[in-house]
Formats: sequence, C-alpha cells, structure tokens
Amino acid sequence: MTTIPLRVSSPTRTEQIILFRIGSQLFAISSSSVQEVRSVDSLAGSSREISVPSLPKVRHTVQRGDKSLFVVNGAAHFGLPPTSGALVFVLRGTRTALLVDGIDKMTGMSRLQCLPNAFCREERFWYRGLTALDQAVVPVVSPDGFLSVDELSLLDSVVARRERSGETSAQFNP
Amino acid sequence: MTVSTEIELQTFVLLRLGDRRFALAARYIAELVAPSRIFRFPHRTPRVEGVILRRGRIIPVCDVGHALIGKGILSRRFYLLAVRDYVFQKEWVAIPVTGECELINAEITPATESDAAHVSGWLSHNGEVIEVLNMDALTPGPAPEPAHRPAPAFVEARP
Repeated sequence: MTTIPLRVSSPTRTEQIILFRIGSQLFAISSSSVQEVRSVDSLAGSSREISVPSLPKVRHTVQRGDKSLFVVNGAAHFGLPPTSGALVFVLRGTRTALLVDGIDKMTGMSRLQCLPNAFCREERFWYRGLTALDQAVVPVVSPDGFLSVDELSLLDSVVARRERSGETSAQFNP
Repeated sequence: MTVSTEIELQTFVLLRLGDRRFALAARYIAELVAPSRIFRFPHRTPRVEGVILRRGRIIPVCDVGHALIGKGILSRRFYLLAVRDYVFQKEWVAIPVTGECELINAEITPATESDAAHVSGWLSHNGEVIEVLNMDALTPGPAPEPAHRPAPAFVEARP
C-alpha cells in the first residue's frame, strides 16, 4: 500500500500595518510600533519649538508623560516636497513622533521583503523592507530609522541648553 | 609541428543602449521582460529608479545608461533581469534596454587594468568590438564585506 504524506499548510501569519501618506507617497508602519495617533491641533499645548540648523526635520518637541519626544517632519526626513502635516504618530519604544499627512487604511501584511541590496544608502536605516499590497509596492518604515544616536544626542544637548535658559512652550505649527 | 589552441566560446546576450551594444554573459541573465510599472519611493542611492514587481518578487531597476552612454535610458523596450552577486547572496536587478537582445557565442578577451571597472572583457561580433559588462561593478550595492552575515531574502511578518 502506498501512503501519501498529508501536508497541512500552516495559516499565513500577517502583521497589522497602518498605511499612511506623506504628500502623495504611501508608506506602511507596523501598527504595533505606533503607540498613539494624535492630531497636530491636540498637541499644540504640549509642544515646544526647537531649532537645530543641522537637523531641520525636527522643529518641535512634545511632552508625553515624563518623556520629551522629538517630532520628525516626515516630508523633510524622506526628502519629499514640504507638506503641512495633520497627524502625529507617537512611535512606541522610541523618542520619535512622526508628522504625517494622513492615514490611508489599516491592513494586514503577510510578507515583508528585505530592501534589495541595490539600495545602499540611508534608506537601509529608513525601511524594514518592502511589501506588495494590491499590486503596488509599499516601503515599510522602521520606527528606529528616523533619528540616529548622534542626532538624538545633538537634540538632547539642545533641549538641555533650552531648559537651562528656561524657554516656554510654543504653538505647534509644522 | 603544429600547436593547436583550443578556443573556448562562451554565450553572451547582446543588449542595446541607445546607439551602442554591450554584452553580458548569458549565465547572469534571468529573463527579458516587457516594461512594467515602476514603483518609486524615497531613497538616496543614485541610479536606482525604483522597483518592479515580477511574479511576487520585488526587483530594483538600475539605470546603467549614465555609466555606459552618458545619459539615462528614457525610451525602453525591455528590462533585462540580471543576477547581481553581493558576495553573501545573489539578487536580481532590472536593467532597462532600448532594443532587442541577441544571444551569441563568442570568445572573450579579458579586460586589462586600463579598462573601466564595469568592463569584464571584450568580444568581437560582426566586425564590432563590444564591451562585456561586469554587473557587480555597474550596479550599486554595499561594499563587499566578507564577514557580513547574509540577510534573508524574505523576513516573516510579525503576528
């Protein structure tokens, strides 16, 4: 008697992602990486301006509990045309809040392909990889890729200097 | 006494970029496909236009026109999908070409030190001397680091 091995395929695991826009460019981020989504207006009272000429993508900090978060302008970070920015993603496990224009939808991602090695500059830090959704390719951002250790140190030193000089909060105006 | 020299012929694909023809060893060619939609996203690597989606595979599109003919390839008839060796793994890259490709057998004359890095040799075909391309030097990629651990082609999504 011939026995045919029975193959049981395991269910496809999917990761929940948020598709968001900066200008006309679509990006994805794992929903587990986003701790909070806030409108720009709702952050006005807790934000402070920061000016670091060498880091124009960060112009504000916001206070969340006892932590100061640095608001990274997504358009400036990715080198896209300037946009007004309507929402802020507070990124879990980081000191970054990301300014974006809007959320497209939430969906599931079943496969994440590593960024091809032909891409060999800063983008390797920006993205976890690429995913194909509805016959389109969307870059999946890395929450740790918005501010490097050196950039955080620079921002910390500016914040420390500001606190010593006792500046007050300012209107959030991205 | 006669000394016979054995000539080893290799198979090459001739590709056209503008008015010029170049050759690539056939073993590096995966497919020749019609142009499809390029998906673009922000990045900083020069000469990489974006990616195409081919049977579920995401393939970078590298415009080699600037390096080979001094200008970008705007009118493209096909993408030549070639294998790029990154030491720790091989990946496909899509090269826009402007005309038909041809398969030939020819003898290669190895490149000399004075040749550009992207030239792996020369061949003669129908009275024309043609550069044989070295894809690894022609297309961008990280500097080879032998100690680098291979990155998987796919990573599983997190539940």
